[in-house]
Amino acid sequence: MITLNINQKTYKLDLDPNTPLLWVLRDHVGLVGTKYGCGVAQCGACVVHLDGEAVRSCVTKASRAVGKKVVTIEGLSENNSHPLQKTWLELDVSQCGYCQAGQIMSAAVLLRENKNPTDQDINDAMAGNICRCGTYLRIKEAIKFAAAAGSGEKV
Amino acid sequence: MENLKTNSSRRTFLKTSLLAGGGLMIHFSGLAKLVLPHTEGGQAAEQWTEINGYVKISPKNVITILCPNPEFGQNVMTSLPMIVAEELDVDWKKVVVEMGPHDNVKLGPQFTGGSNSMRMYWKPLREAGATARHMLKLAAAETWSVPVDEITTRQGMLYHDKTSKKATYGDVAAKAAGMPVPKGIKLKDVKDFNVVRKSQKNVEGAKLVSGKPLFGLDYQHEGMLIAMIHHPPAFGMTHKSFDATATRKMPGIKDVFTIKVYEDGFAQGGFDVRTFNDLIVVVGKTTWEVMNARKKLVVEWMPIGDVKNTMAGRDGKREVVVPGALESTTTQLLKMREYEKMPAQQLRKDGDPETAFKNAAQIIERSYDAPFLAHNCMEPMNFFAHVTDDKALLVGPVQAPGWTEPTLAKVLNLPPDKIEIQMTRMGGGFGRRAYGHYLVEAALISRKAKAPVKLIYSREDDTTYGIYRPMYTATYRAALDADKNLIAFHVKGGGIPEHAIHANRFPAGAVDHYLAEGWEIPSNITIGAFRAPRSNFNAAAEQCFLDELAEAMGKDPIALRLELLKRAKENPVGKNNEYDADRYAGVLELVREKSGWNSAVPKPFKRGVAAYFCHNSYAAHVVDLVLKDGQPYVERVFSAVDCGIVINPDAAINMVQGAVVDGIGNSLYGGLTHKDGVVQEQNFHSYRLIRMHEAPKSIDVSFVQNDIDPTGLGEPPFPPVFGAVANALYKATGKRHYQQPFTLSNSRI
Repeated sequence: MITLNINQKTYKLDLDPNTPLLWVLRDHVGLVGTKYGCGVAQCGACVVHLDGEAVRSCVTKASRAVGKKVVTIEGLSENNSHPLQKTWLELDVSQCGYCQAGQIMSAAVLLRENKNPTDQDINDAMAGNICRCGTYLRIKEAIKFAAAAGSGEKV
Repeated sequence: MENLKTNSSRRTFLKTSLLAGGGLMIHFSGLAKLVLPHTEGGQAAEQWTEINGYVKISPKNVITILCPNPEFGQNVMTSLPMIVAEELDVDWKKVVVEMGPHDNVKLGPQFTGGSNSMRMYWKPLREAGATARHMLKLAAAETWSVPVDEITTRQGMLYHDKTSKKATYGDVAAKAAGMPVPKGIKLKDVKDFNVVRKSQKNVEGAKLVSGKPLFGLDYQHEGMLIAMIHHPPAFGMTHKSFDATATRKMPGIKDVFTIKVYEDGFAQGGFDVRTFNDLIVVVGKTTWEVMNARKKLVVEWMPIGDVKNTMAGRDGKREVVVPGALESTTTQLLKMREYEKMPAQQLRKDGDPETAFKNAAQIIERSYDAPFLAHNCMEPMNFFAHVTDDKALLVGPVQAPGWTEPTLAKVLNLPPDKIEIQMTRMGGGFGRRAYGHYLVEAALISRKAKAPVKLIYSREDDTTYGIYRPMYTATYRAALDADKNLIAFHVKGGGIPEHAIHANRFPAGAVDHYLAEGWEIPSNITIGAFRAPRSNFNAAAEQCFLDELAEAMGKDPIALRLELLKRAKENPVGKNNEYDADRYAGVLELVREKSGWNSAVPKPFKRGVAAYFCHNSYAAHVVDLVLKDGQPYVERVFSAVDCGIVINPDAAINMVQGAVVDGIGNSLYGGLTHKDGVVQEQNFHSYRLIRMHEAPKSIDVSFVQNDIDPTGLGEPPFPPVFGAVANALYKATGKRHYQQPFTLSNSRI
């Protein structure tokens, strides 16, 4: 039995503490916004925040999240009010959309740490997130727009 | 004035009562709060009146439009309902879009593929909207006892100006459903469009950025178990024996068993491709438990040898032998070198190419190779199935449910009307999900496990157990006379296990003496459609060759193409030329203008161009490339596309930009290789996909403006990217690149 704090809710879960956080979220907690893409920390579809840091939940054991705060895409904001969610919608970034939760979760940490990221900063921060549909231009633009909206502090 | 005939046989209209956001609605497509504030919370029961298969209206005037085709990122869930809304005359912002059920009678062919959605549904959806609107007018006319011709509509409202009467569509919907279904309703003039041709946002955008369950992998069902397949490690292998003792002891494991996808002699249709027929299956409670337990299987594998597949065909069944050899990329390439020297099947011949080549002052001959490609959909293959004795429910990501349903009916021995397939949003498709073997597998597993089951492929399963883009090669030859005029053109293409040649495409029709030939090498590597099948190779090879040809002829590469197209238009050679020379020239002229092609190329860029016609649309790209740390980087791109009327402009631009990025990625990095039948690139650490820093900084997309009925966009912009990249790379390095991926060290075996 382990206890996890996910999106400000406490969950008592009967599972192997070695279970990757990704599968805890998806199969045990029912939060499926965090996606499985590769299982080996290569694609970023599964990025969540662990005490504010972007981690790849597919290679993060549940035990590592004990005593920490987990935030998933479902907990990023109420009603899509996060600046990145807004700019993502404004620019209509998504195609298939499968990777976009992970993209947003990675970008959210970048913006919190760096309120005015350069192209290079964005490239570096987002290099671990694959978009197979190729929406990279819009992702980058959405990050820049959110930064320009002075969103950094709110992240 | 509307011109209509009344259909004497009344349709049976369904009036379904259901809960908004639940009940009969597929729960992936529940009402979106952001889209529809007045049903916030989704609690209010709505009495829906179905006007036709695509339109449902509630008394409160909530307009629901059903999308017939599954969504895999091409944005059909927005753009197809837009067409209905246009003719129905409703406020698009208030429309609720639902993914339709699988019902080919009501909703047409329902397949996503071949860039066909727009082309296939443009007219039927306009008619559905216009017909529904007219029935609402008939209902209002009857209610108010006024002539129908005097009734006007605007944004979901009906008006009779003379009597100052007005009503919502919802007020008369129930009555409208009982009206005779009119035929031959006049459709709107293109110039009057106010939904179509305006950028409308993705109807599922808000759900996507908040992580709502939309995809097959997200599907949950009471009592659902998870299943994974342990497939052979190599093409050409099967299991001889296995010991599941350790697996069964692992936590959460319910069962381990084998399934046979098709029984001996099962007549396969064209989309029944499956890689392995005999599979070991592990079923358990959760994904992680099943993944772990699967690793504990002890399996003895053996070569399966040649396999006879029975194929269904128009002329009855035929047998095809799939060779059993364990293939390696080097042996595949050597075999292609052997086959390309042998006589091939003639696909088209114009004039007398043999004599023309004999008399040529100069012959240019170049050969091009391209590897197998895996689709790498971000959402790995998966499907939910619940099969009982008398029915089957299947839910998940599939491009063409109607192509798999007959197969399921045969395999499960159930009538098709007892098989319900629900289509979720797909995390990518690219052709891969047109092959529904994973539905069959899920169904067989559910039946054997006697439980609702979700079959999940791991990423490695998805990559190593694929339906790939074939491995291709082609040799192009051009004959020039003493004045450097092109007098003959010859293409001989081959592939494992099929060639890519489209014999009737450009430059066929533009050259007096023309020959196209093809040959094929049978293989056990399973292949199928991959974003613009065959075209995605041709546009690379042919467009590189034309570039080299232009150079040899001392001509500008765009000018040469335009010259050839002029010839094809004014005095076409041969018959059955597939392309419209004017539209083809149109995209070249547009990209020439937009890229400033005739001006000096700005430093430090090196520039390449390519164009192609496929899937009924035309695309051209100019690529500006630099070498960064010795590696090619495409920094900016200009794209010109002619797909007729552009339904949803901003989404269309997104689609073209995505195709460009995909094309750059696959041309520079894509490729799947084999060693003794084993796929060498099993996950994204070794199968390289393009990432953000490798994508261009800008992709400028322009559409040819015309009023031609719309054609597709998912595929056409993709193929010419390969050629444009290769041609720019030549300018940057001084070396031609004949092998994909175009990494700088690549050389021909």
